[in-house]
Amino acid sequence: MTPSSSIASPGAAPAHDEHHDHPNYLVDGTTIKSWLLTVDHKRIGLMFLFWVLLFFLVGGIFAMLIRLELLTPGPTIMDAMTYNRTFTLHGLVMIFLFMIPAIPAVFGNFMLPLMLGAKDVAFPRLNLLSLYIYLGGAMLALWGMLNGGLDTGWTFYAPYSTHTTTTVAPVLFGAFIIGFSSIVTGINFIVTVHTMRAPGITWFKMPLFVWAIYATSCIQVLATPVIGLLLVLVTVENLFGFGMFDPARGGDPVLFQHLFWFYSHPAVYIMVLPAFGVMSEIVASFSRKNIFGYRAVAYSSLGIAFVGFFAWGHHMFVSGQSTFVGGLFGVLTMLVGVFTAIKVFNWVGTVYKGAVDFKTPFAYFCGFLFFTVFGGMTGIALGTVSLDVPWHDTYFVVAHFHFIMVGATIMAFLAALHYWFPKMFGRTYHEGWGLVSAALIILGFNATFIPQFLLGNNGMPRRYYEYPERFQALNVASTAGASLLAFGFVIIACYLTYALFYGRAAGKNPWRSKGYEWLTESPPPTHNFVGPQPTYPEEPHFYVDPKKAEVPDAV
Amino acid sequence: MQSSASTADGTVAPVPRLAMHFASLEVQNHAARLGMWLFLATEILLFAGLFICYGCYRFLFPEAWAASSRSLDLTMGTVNTIVLITSSLTAALAVHYAKEGKNRMVAIQIFLTLLMAVGFLVIKYFEYSHKFHIGTLPGRYYFYEGIQLPGAPMYFTVYFCATALHGLHVIIGMVVLTFSMVRALRRADFGPNNYTMVELGSMYWHLVDLVWIFLFPMLYLV
Repeated sequence: MTPSSSIASPGAAPAHDEHHDHPNYLVDGTTIKSWLLTVDHKRIGLMFLFWVLLFFLVGGIFAMLIRLELLTPGPTIMDAMTYNRTFTLHGLVMIFLFMIPAIPAVFGNFMLPLMLGAKDVAFPRLNLLSLYIYLGGAMLALWGMLNGGLDTGWTFYAPYSTHTTTTVAPVLFGAFIIGFSSIVTGINFIVTVHTMRAPGITWFKMPLFVWAIYATSCIQVLATPVIGLLLVLVTVENLFGFGMFDPARGGDPVLFQHLFWFYSHPAVYIMVLPAFGVMSEIVASFSRKNIFGYRAVAYSSLGIAFVGFFAWGHHMFVSGQSTFVGGLFGVLTMLVGVFTAIKVFNWVGTVYKGAVDFKTPFAYFCGFLFFTVFGGMTGIALGTVSLDVPWHDTYFVVAHFHFIMVGATIMAFLAALHYWFPKMFGRTYHEGWGLVSAALIILGFNATFIPQFLLGNNGMPRRYYEYPERFQALNVASTAGASLLAFGFVIIACYLTYALFYGRAAGKNPWRSKGYEWLTESPPPTHNFVGPQPTYPEEPHFYVDPKKAEVPDAV
Repeated sequence: MQSSASTADGTVAPVPRLAMHFASLEVQNHAARLGMWLFLATEILLFAGLFICYGCYRFLFPEAWAASSRSLDLTMGTVNTIVLITSSLTAALAVHYAKEGKNRMVAIQIFLTLLMAVGFLVIKYFEYSHKFHIGTLPGRYYFYEGIQLPGAPMYFTVYFCATALHGLHVIIGMVVLTFSMVRALRRADFGPNNYTMVELGSMYWHLVDLVWIFLFPMLYLV
C-alpha cells in the first residue's frame, strides 16, 4: 500500500491542462480500458451505480417471487425449499450487494471529493480495488447461489447454517470478500475527510452528507472485521466442523448471535445514515433555506454511529439474555431514536417557512420522512422488551425494518439519483414522470408493508412457506402493493434511461442549489475543477444571510 | 501530477512522488499513515472477535482450559515470543535507518526481521505437527486421550483458529516487508522525506507482534 506513488490517469499531463478544453469525465477517455482501469472517483462511482442497480434488480426479482408465492395459503409457484432459498437470497443480495454499497459507494464516491473541494479521494487506486473486490465477492456469492443456494435466511444462524446441506460456504465466503470492499471504502473516506478538505472547508463547514458518510465509514471500519471473522468461522465450521458454535461440541450458538448482531445492527446504520445525509442536502436545496440546526444534525450522525454499536442485544430479547440486559439494550436502542428525532426535527425546521420547490427529490423527501418517523416509532415499540416478545420473528418485524431500513434508504437512493442525475450526466429527466413514479413507489411501499404490520400483529411468523386461510386477504394486499412498487421502478428505469441519452442538457446547476458539489461544472471535468483550487467562503446551502432574513418578508 | 522530479540528466531524485490530488507531501504521508492506523484498527477488531470466543469458552470450561493449556509446549511458545519481539525491534530499526537514508542497513534489518519471522513459523510448524501427531485437534478431529474434560476440543478449536489467523498475518507481514527490502536494495531511495513505505510495513509488523503478545499468555499461560 503505497499511496505516495502518483496515480496514472489518461489525458491529465500538466502541459495538457494549460491550453486544451477540459473534457468532462464522461468523455475524457472513451475506451473500455479507460473505464475499467480508471482511478477517477466519478467513474468508479458510476461503475458501482451500474452494478448496484443490477443487484437491486436481482434482489427485486427474488422479492417479487416471494410475494407471488405468498399469494395463496398453500404452495403457489415453488416448493418449500425453493422458497427458503429465495428469501435467503433476497436478503443477502439486497443487504450485502445493494444496500450497504448503494449510497456510500455510488454517491459517496462521486460526491465526497466534490463536496470537499478535492480532486479525488485519498487513495484512488484502493478505491478502484474496492470495486473489484466487491465484484469478486459478488461473483463468488452469486455462483454459490446459483449452484444450490442456501436456506438459512440472511442471518445464517448457527448451528443450522453449519449443518444444513445447502451451499453455505461459497456464499458466506463471498460476503466475507465483500466486507473487505466495505472496509477499504470506509478507510478511504475517513482519510479523505481528514486530509483532503479544501481551504475554507473546516470541520463544521463540511456538507452534512459528508458528515453522514464519515459516520458511516467509522461504522464500516469498526464493525465489518467482526462479521468478517464470523463469516470465516462459520464457513470453516460448515466445511470442517470445528465445533465453534455447535452445542453438541460445547459450542454456544448465542455467542454466534452476539457476534453476528455486533456487526449486523450497526450495519443497519451503514445503510440508513447515508440516507440521512442525502436528505440533509436535498431538504435544504429544495426548501431554498439555510440548513437548520447544522451542528445538531452533524453530531447526531456521529451519535447514531456511536450508540448503534451498543444496541445489538435488542435482536436477542428471546435468546435467553437476562431481563436486566434486555432492559439495558432497550434503553440504548431508544437513544438511537432520540438522535434520529433530532434529525427529523431539524429537517422539518429547514422546510418550515422555506420556499419549497416541490420537485421529484423533494417528493422522495416527504416519503422518506414518513417512513423514517413511522418505521422509527415501530422500532421504539420493538425496542421495548415486553412488546418485542410477542412480536418477535413475526411480519411486524419484517415490516418495521423494511420501513426504516429499506424505505428510508430507497427513498434517499432515488432522491439522490434524481437530485444528482444532472450533476453526474449533465442531463435532466422528465419531471412529470418523476413525480408520478415517486407517488407510485411511496404508495406501493405503503401498500406492501402496512398489511405486513397487520399480519405480524395478528401473529403471522416470518419466513413461513404456508399460512392459515385467515391471513390471505392481507397477503394479497401486500403482493398487490409490491406489484405497484415494481411498476414504479419500471417507470423510473424507462425515463432515466431515456434521459441518459436524450435528456435536455442540464446546465451547471439546474436546481440553483448552494451545495458545494454544484460549484463545479455538470458533469465535472476529470479532476473536478478547472483552474486553481476553488475556495469556499460560505457555508454549504447558504441561501440568505440569517441577519437579513430576520427582517419580515426579506426571503 | 507525475512530478517524479526527473532531472535533465535522467537521474531520479530520492523524493517520493506527490500524487496530483494531494496538497503537499506532508499531507500525502499523513494520509498514508492515517489509513494504516485505521487498517490496524480493523485488524484489532478482527482478532477481538476471536478473543470474545476465547473469553466465553474459557468462562464455560475453566478446567479444560487449564489442562489443555498445560499440554502446550511452553518452551517453544516462550522462544517464539522472544523471537517475535526481537523481530519487532529490527523492524523498528529499519524505519530508523530509512529516515537516515541508510538503505543497506534498512535491507539488512528487514532481512533479519524476515529471518526471525521464518524462525517463528518453523517453530510453529513443529508445534502444529506435534499436535496433529498426538491428536489435540479442533472439534471432531480431537483424539487425545490425555485430557478427557468437556471443552478440551473447544480449547484447540480456539487455539488453531487464533494461531492460524495470526500465522496468516505473519505471512502477509513478511510479504509487505519484502517489498520494502527489495526497494531498499534495488532503488535505494529511502531517505528523510521518503520512508513511509518502511514505516507502514513496520507498523503492520508491530501489530502482528502485538497480537501474539496477547495470544501467548492467553493460550500458554492459563
